[in-house]
Amino acid sequence: MSAPEGLRPAGTPATAPAAGGLVIEGLVRRFKGFTALDGVDLELPAGAIVGLVGPNGSGKTTLINVVSGVYAPSGGSVRLDGQEVGGLAPHRLVRLGLNRTFQVPKPFASLTVRENLAVAVGHSGRGAPLRPDILGEVGLEGLGGRLAGTLNASQQKRLDLARALATNPSVLLVDELGAGLATDELGELAHYLRTLADGGITLLVVEHLLGFLEQLTDTVVVLSAGRRIFAGSLRAAIADPEVVLVFLGG
Amino acid sequence: MPPASHGPKPVPSRQGPAGRAARQLRRLGAGGISDVGAVVVPVAVFLAAVHLYSNELLLLNMLVYAVLAQGINVIYGFTGYLPFGYVAFFGAGAYGASLSIIYLHVPALLAVVLGGLAGALLGALLTPLLRLSGAYFAIASLAAAEAVYEVVSNPSLASVTRGPYGINLVTAYNQSLSYDAAVALLGLSMLGVVILRRSRFGLALRATADDATSAEMAGVWVVRERSLAWLISAALAGLAGGVFAWAISVFYPTDVFDLTISVFAIVFALFGGVGTTWGPLVGAVVLYGIYSLVGLSDPQYFQLTYGLLIAALVLFLPGGLGSLTRGLRGHFKGAPGGAR
Repeated sequence: MSAPEGLRPAGTPATAPAAGGLVIEGLVRRFKGFTALDGVDLELPAGAIVGLVGPNGSGKTTLINVVSGVYAPSGGSVRLDGQEVGGLAPHRLVRLGLNRTFQVPKPFASLTVRENLAVAVGHSGRGAPLRPDILGEVGLEGLGGRLAGTLNASQQKRLDLARALATNPSVLLVDELGAGLATDELGELAHYLRTLADGGITLLVVEHLLGFLEQLTDTVVVLSAGRRIFAGSLRAAIADPEVVLVFLGG
Repeated sequence: MPPASHGPKPVPSRQGPAGRAARQLRRLGAGGISDVGAVVVPVAVFLAAVHLYSNELLLLNMLVYAVLAQGINVIYGFTGYLPFGYVAFFGAGAYGASLSIIYLHVPALLAVVLGGLAGALLGALLTPLLRLSGAYFAIASLAAAEAVYEVVSNPSLASVTRGPYGINLVTAYNQSLSYDAAVALLGLSMLGVVILRRSRFGLALRATADDATSAEMAGVWVVRERSLAWLISAALAGLAGGVFAWAISVFYPTDVFDLTISVFAIVFALFGGVGTTWGPLVGAVVLYGIYSLVGLSDPQYFQLTYGLLIAALVLFLPGGLGSLTRGLRGHFKGAPGGAR
């Protein structure tokens, strides 16, 4: 069994996925008395990479969960390619071209790596994978027959990404994929994500590691306590007093 | 005299039917042969057994439990939902088939099918239970089974269900045909599990059991697939109940809504290994065999034997006997986990 390789640049797919523009307006999510998202606006032009940052508890993962249909929104709208998709079930969003990865990877542990992808290919309703060598691209070559539950944390994250890509998404929400990866792995991952965007996939990247984000994009949205407090370039965000305050404390 | 043709001549086949069969078997591969065997072997063994062993009732009960264990396999092994009230579908099937014979005068075989339909209908009625999970689901399904029993056995419904006074189907009784129907049902349940394990649907169910949110993000319509598995499982129990009612022909509500039936079916499935093709059948044959040998004559030893077996299973083989064969296969292939 060959050792897993690092992420390698993805080739441009045979057919680029349909343009995936995502527009979020006034998104609200309440959990009983607690408002986790309080009227968040966010725009992802087709093919763009946008970083989503903020301190712990600011609502980043909640936003991903609401946009991907895991939680229903309490208010506001989510439009994918102009179509209102807020509140749709996740499997319907997958069929419309939206997918995500998980902060804590959730592989189908009792299935093999190849079966994990087969589930996605068989049910996405978006045809055969545009990337026939997804496993090779994410560095899981030679591990197709392994049970997913036996993979280490880094490999499970790669599988999470591969499974999302197997559904041919036009918009991909990436939730802290870089956490726990070594520096060289982060560089490979950033390069790989950029090639995905070059291939036409719109990316919203939730990340704590600003150095990693800097390799990906200059456009960020900053959340604090469920509200958007900044949208613009990463350099400007770092210089913004309010952003500095929420990250470093008053 | 016409000139001899120089065109291509048909080459006479040197392979007869045996060669063609061998070619087809090669194409099927080892997995395909094993799948065919999983349907054909149990059917052949049970068809032969009735001529070699005189206690037909024991064989019939074993068949019924094997089908119920496969039904548990479908819902628990493929979705992770453990229905302690599974007997409700069995009872619904027994009553569905019996009342069809009594009131609609349908042939017994058709009545068995209607029993399966009754099981599926009750399953559809109880589909909202799937919103629960874990112990809550198990307890709710148990409560639902008790509720169904109370309705069926209610004396005020005696004009419809015969209430607590039971069912008599002696006019439809046919020992050999009902036994053959039970064997056919076992074959059907084995075939169903084989298809489930090979199909996209089965793969989606296994993915859902591992992580429902991930399965949704893989495009699986979790609610629909899970509900379908639930209905298939309920229909299997309903069919088993229909065959059982026909075969014994006289029974009371306490016989077909006995919670022990649920417990046995679950234990048999777990003992053999859920999520596998053979496990539930092996579990039913071995454990019901032990029950018949020890349990009827010396119930105290039976409980001791069962207790020890289950304790050993939980301690050493939590995945059932099936995990033993998987482990061995994986060991010889050198691949962790191996295939199921």
